Amino acid sequence: MNTIVDNFLNPEILVKYGPSIAIGMLETVRLSVLVLATGFFFGLVMASIRAFRNRYVNFFIVVFADIFRALPPLVLIVVMYFGLPMLGVRLSGFAVAWITLGCVMTAFTEEVLWAGMKSIPKGQWDAARSTGLTFTESLAFVILPQAVRIVVPPLTSRVVATVKNTALASTVAVPEMLSRAGEALAEGANTTPLTMAAVGYLVLLLPLVIFTRHLEKRYAWSVH
Amino acid sequence: MSMSISMQVKATPERTVKSHLNTPMSSKSVPMLELRGIRKTFGNLEILKGIDLDVMKGQLVFLIGPSGSGKSTLLRCCNRLEEPTSGSVLIDGEDILAAGVNVNKVRTKLGMVFQSFNLYPHLDALGNVTLALRRVSGKTREQANDIGHEMLRRVGLADRAGHYPSQLSGGQQQRVAIARALALEPKVVLFDEPTSALDPELVNSVLSTMRELREAGMTMMVVSHEMRFAREAADKVVFMADGAIVEQGSSDEVFGAPKHQRTREFLAQIER
Repeated sequence: MNTIVDNFLNPEILVKYGPSIAIGMLETVRLSVLVLATGFFFGLVMASIRAFRNRYVNFFIVVFADIFRALPPLVLIVVMYFGLPMLGVRLSGFAVAWITLGCVMTAFTEEVLWAGMKSIPKGQWDAARSTGLTFTESLAFVILPQAVRIVVPPLTSRVVATVKNTALASTVAVPEMLSRAGEALAEGANTTPLTMAAVGYLVLLLPLVIFTRHLEKRYAWSVH
Repeated sequence: MSMSISMQVKATPERTVKSHLNTPMSSKSVPMLELRGIRKTFGNLEILKGIDLDVMKGQLVFLIGPSGSGKSTLLRCCNRLEEPTSGSVLIDGEDILAAGVNVNKVRTKLGMVFQSFNLYPHLDALGNVTLALRRVSGKTREQANDIGHEMLRRVGLADRAGHYPSQLSGGQQQRVAIARALALEPKVVLFDEPTSALDPELVNSVLSTMRELREAGMTMMVVSHEMRFAREAADKVVFMADGAIVEQGSSDEVFGAPKHQRTREFLAQIER
């Protein structure tokens, strides 16, 4: 029992590396918020564009969504980070992680929102258009408000996955929580920092999960 | 309170209807809604085979016929929810299929009420009625709410303005849908089987709202199976089958003395 406490809950290590890991958590939050905000925004834009049903544009949207949902984010991050400089583009690890994870979030958001939009009865379009609302106005004020509420559950799981995926940025020199824990681990020769990082992720994600369960209950009116 | 509303709001419902009767464009001889040679084909299937129909101002025209006869498609051609393959649709003399016509503007002249109500579930009753007022007519939130409350009062749901569709009965939802269709002061209201999805005891509340609308002078085209309502309220009954009008006339003529065998067969099946 003592060895477990020593190695995973060591009080000296907790005190010595606590601040560093807390700063790492801030960086994790920073990256997560940016990825989620841009990913959700562009996913919304893409799904809206898809509603216009232009065959050629839709082809590119579908290809984009399929690629970024299928490829492992780690592979994407590493390939971008080490490959882009060969094309003359030098981006920081943070920028690479943001763009890559942002594209993944965009792809999932677009697919999920599109499915939500398609599940809305055609009668909603009929009613909106019959009162003189344009296609875009119907989309913005009638369809999307309903679609977004419907897709809260699958979007939540993507939010959780995104926050967890920010740990991958540790491979490209971003000083987020996991990489700080890794440094502390090497320096202190003790695995307690990893416990701290794990707790840190829990602290971030548990409230999120609880909040979205509350959201799901709130928007539980039946659309059909 | 009602005094200030009628002074602030430009058109109360009663005045709205009367103003339709006084506009220069509308004379007794020009039909409010005119359909000429309407054809509609979906792929290989010809749903409408050349429909000619006039609806005069203030008339209630009833469309009856077996399912698949094209009644709903015809109704949806009137506000271009379906685009006719050929033919013309004139609203108060204006050709709404002409090139360069703004479809969205045209649609504000026609209200539509659907079988499945199609209320917006994320908005309350007042929100449903006022959405188009704010976005299409450009009214301020205050103006739109005033009109919205007045429309809901007119259909007998003034106290339900803050209720969401899921909190309303089917009949109440349909009446909110009627208020929504009336909000933009249309010249014609189209009803696509407005009571078919309602429990029998709720049908009457919707029919009496439709009766009041008719008494206020609204031009209405109704697709429905409510034959008793047709007998008492319809100015003209049109029997359609297989994409064409088989016969039309007053409700006494069509129900009492149908000229065509097909009509008689259909009525025999409907009569209970």
